[in-house]
Amino acid sequence: MPFIPHTEEDIAEMLASIGAKSIEDLFDEIPDELVSGELTGVPSGLSELEITRLMMERANQDGFYQNYIGAGAYEHHIPAAVWQITTRGEFYSSYTPYQAEASQGTLQLLYEYQSMMASLTGMDVSNASMYDGATALAEAALMAVRSHKTSRRILIPKTVHPVYRQVVRAIVSNQKIEVVELPFDTKTGQVDPALLTKTDFGDFAALVIPQPNFFGVLEQVDALTDWAQSKGAFAIGVVNPTALALLTPPGEWGSKGADIAVGEGQPLGIPLSSGGPYFGFMACKNELVRQMPGRIIGRTTDLDGKEGFVLTLQAREQHIRRSKATSNICTNQGLMVTAATIYMALTGPEGLRRIAAQSHANTLDLVEQLEKTGGVKRTFSGPTFHETVLTLPKPTAEVLAKLKQKGILGGFDLHAHYPELGNALLVCATETKTAADLQNYAGALKHALG
Amino acid sequence: MLIFEHSRKGRHNYSQSPATPASKSAIPQNLLRKSKVLLPEVSEMDTVRHYTRLSQKNFSIDTEFYPLGSCTMKYNPRACNSLAMLPQFISRHPSAPEDTGQGFLACMYELQEILKSVTGMAGVSLTPMAGAQGELIGVMMIRAYHESRGDFARTEIIVPDAAHGTNPATAVMCGFKVVEIATDKDGNVDLDALKAAVGPQTAGLMLTNPSTLGVFEKNVAEMSRVVHAAGGLLYYDGANLNAVLGKVKPGDMGFDVIHINLHKTFSTPHGGGGPGSAPVGVAERLLPFMPIPIVAKEGDTYRWVAEKDKPQSIGRLSAHMGNAGVLLRAYIYVRLLGMQGMHRISEFATLNANYLMAELRKAGFEIAYPNRRASHEFIVTMKDIKDKTGVTAMNLAKRLLDKGYHAPTTYFPLLVPECLLIEPAETESKETLDAFVVSMKEILSEIESQPDMVKGAPHTMSVRKLDDVKAARELDLAWKPSA
Repeated sequence: MPFIPHTEEDIAEMLASIGAKSIEDLFDEIPDELVSGELTGVPSGLSELEITRLMMERANQDGFYQNYIGAGAYEHHIPAAVWQITTRGEFYSSYTPYQAEASQGTLQLLYEYQSMMASLTGMDVSNASMYDGATALAEAALMAVRSHKTSRRILIPKTVHPVYRQVVRAIVSNQKIEVVELPFDTKTGQVDPALLTKTDFGDFAALVIPQPNFFGVLEQVDALTDWAQSKGAFAIGVVNPTALALLTPPGEWGSKGADIAVGEGQPLGIPLSSGGPYFGFMACKNELVRQMPGRIIGRTTDLDGKEGFVLTLQAREQHIRRSKATSNICTNQGLMVTAATIYMALTGPEGLRRIAAQSHANTLDLVEQLEKTGGVKRTFSGPTFHETVLTLPKPTAEVLAKLKQKGILGGFDLHAHYPELGNALLVCATETKTAADLQNYAGALKHALG
Repeated sequence: MLIFEHSRKGRHNYSQSPATPASKSAIPQNLLRKSKVLLPEVSEMDTVRHYTRLSQKNFSIDTEFYPLGSCTMKYNPRACNSLAMLPQFISRHPSAPEDTGQGFLACMYELQEILKSVTGMAGVSLTPMAGAQGELIGVMMIRAYHESRGDFARTEIIVPDAAHGTNPATAVMCGFKVVEIATDKDGNVDLDALKAAVGPQTAGLMLTNPSTLGVFEKNVAEMSRVVHAAGGLLYYDGANLNAVLGKVKPGDMGFDVIHINLHKTFSTPHGGGGPGSAPVGVAERLLPFMPIPIVAKEGDTYRWVAEKDKPQSIGRLSAHMGNAGVLLRAYIYVRLLGMQGMHRISEFATLNANYLMAELRKAGFEIAYPNRRASHEFIVTMKDIKDKTGVTAMNLAKRLLDKGYHAPTTYFPLLVPECLLIEPAETESKETLDAFVVSMKEILSEIESQPDMVKGAPHTMSVRKLDDVKAARELDLAWKPSA
């Protein structure tokens, strides 16, 4: 019996102790009319050898591609040590650290993670993670509305990841919060701060500021932050953690810094894996910490005055406050954060900066080469980080299908989300691409357009 | 010692980033970072050593027995991890075309079908990333259902007082008012209280069955009739599905929507607090409202069902498709177990719980619901012991750590004073359970002979009892370099 250690003798002794004749008797409180038959929808069990063969077949069927898609999930080198340590049983198979004394490993690691993320985002405090970038943004919107005295309105530019906007809408609409989408300048691919100052949005609780935005374009974050705060609203930054090694962090935007910073943590050592599990990060200013959802770890001392770590501010959480909690969130993405913490320790400040700089430089190189391919041009004039929108002379889907035949996933087709941009393609080249890779892509694109 | 305290200025792991800093840049000066990033500067070996040592300060299933009630801490088969991490699977981009992921999508489709059949539901979506998100999505569907019928008067969700805290918190996040109903002395929901609570304002009832009291809700069929007759829907919190898998299906009990905690019943790792994964299953009438994406099979081809196929969907609740890698692990687990193995989960989880309950009763512990069968878990109450000796459930829990056992769940459910909720899970052997009983007996006699020692537990962990009050009053949430 897979993973069940009981011998016939064990079963007999256990039933005798209970005073039951059979295992079936133990279910005698379930009314007969509810008892179901065999689970016929489940195939027969496989041995480990058999399931290994099946999964290898399916993995081989999917194969490998040279990937230039970003759009919210980024391919980066992951040091071997990251997942070897992360999948140690003591991290992999431990529970939420409610019993602090028996969970100091996870708790100290989460404290180190919070410290790293607070510094990376330039904020005062970080929580121990959220589900993913999109839900972290939704929770930030709820947090802003809770903290704002008068408004239930959130401004989100259309330069924010389109699925993030959908997720935010789905979650906040339950609480009658209004989401107003802001247009972007079709020339620069940025939100135009000058346009905002000319528009009356009434009272609003927060402005969401992406950096870089979904098009890879860098927003004028200082002006946007100052404008939001001058209107009595919170500034919420949605940021790429790799980019923060190079770019001004949200905590230093404008004259006072953004109030909340969130984002997708996947670039920090988490594999692409068809979309998950990833983790969302969330950091904020000190004065908002009691409105922050999710687990938070604090450093304290034990009976002997020795340093130790505990879950703290639990009075915000559902298992204590029930219907009055800041959020219904119960888990964080503990194992993903374990990987991210080890990743950030291994790369260090210089390594992360080099990874960011190389990703930026590779994307510049790629775009330069692709622009030499007949009729391809950059869609927007705004400066970019490691993604750029290109306008193609042919329908994007058609071009991507041809590139795929050459083993290249050429980028993210913007048509479904931004039909107004025409034949637009979002490309990304991280530090994982070599000069030869980029040339190969340029050659394949030329062929596809020819 | 923190990782930051191992840091030395200028230390750098040359093999983990580009060999030379890139010279090309087109980022405007005013957007460049001026402050330092306070990541540690440590060698690869010191990093490996530091985090290996930290791991050794954790209890885990791989190292200790974890009788943690309501958490289903069963063995996480290693094959599930290694096969889900095959390089083709982990390198696949979430926005890669469907035809480059047919192998992966086949696993997801089959998992959907298996979950449908074991729960008796008409449809399953894999997107929820944790139990609490499954609940949120489930309650959003209930709301969408009523609103699609033009029924905007249903503003209340009924929740038994024994429910997990996520239930009422979720209902509030969905904009509902929470109505709590009481539990009777045998641990069943008070049927009269339920009848009095339902009405045209009832959107639904959220129920965990077996309940968090460790007993099967005998009146579930009648409760279903009462709620449905009032026009409400029934939500099944799958937290305790491990206890009844293969015995009874939520669909047959009349539930309209459920979530299944894969990190419990389907043995995906808890990972020190996530990632979870909690697919939702729905009855026929909620099919149009399911969250997207969902995997469909057409001929031999798999594809995503998205907005255009499901115009009434409550929408997307994750940036991509949910926790794909967790879902793969659950798929591998269910294929390893197969049909027979799935039936044995609840059988042996229940056998272990009833055996442990019987042995602890014989050892002198008071069982909270002595006249009921245990489901896969049961409650010991320490009330009498506390009244006599001052030793609390938490003291006993901490003393268990010294004996090499993770503590049971303490002070939950809130209804039973000084409670320990104990769930052994099916993967533990009789020897382990017997050894646990021996340790529990030892603690009982320690409570008699040296209560202060027990109150001061734990004594053998890397730290002693930690000061929670200080942690909350003098908030220290991030390391800062000393000036």
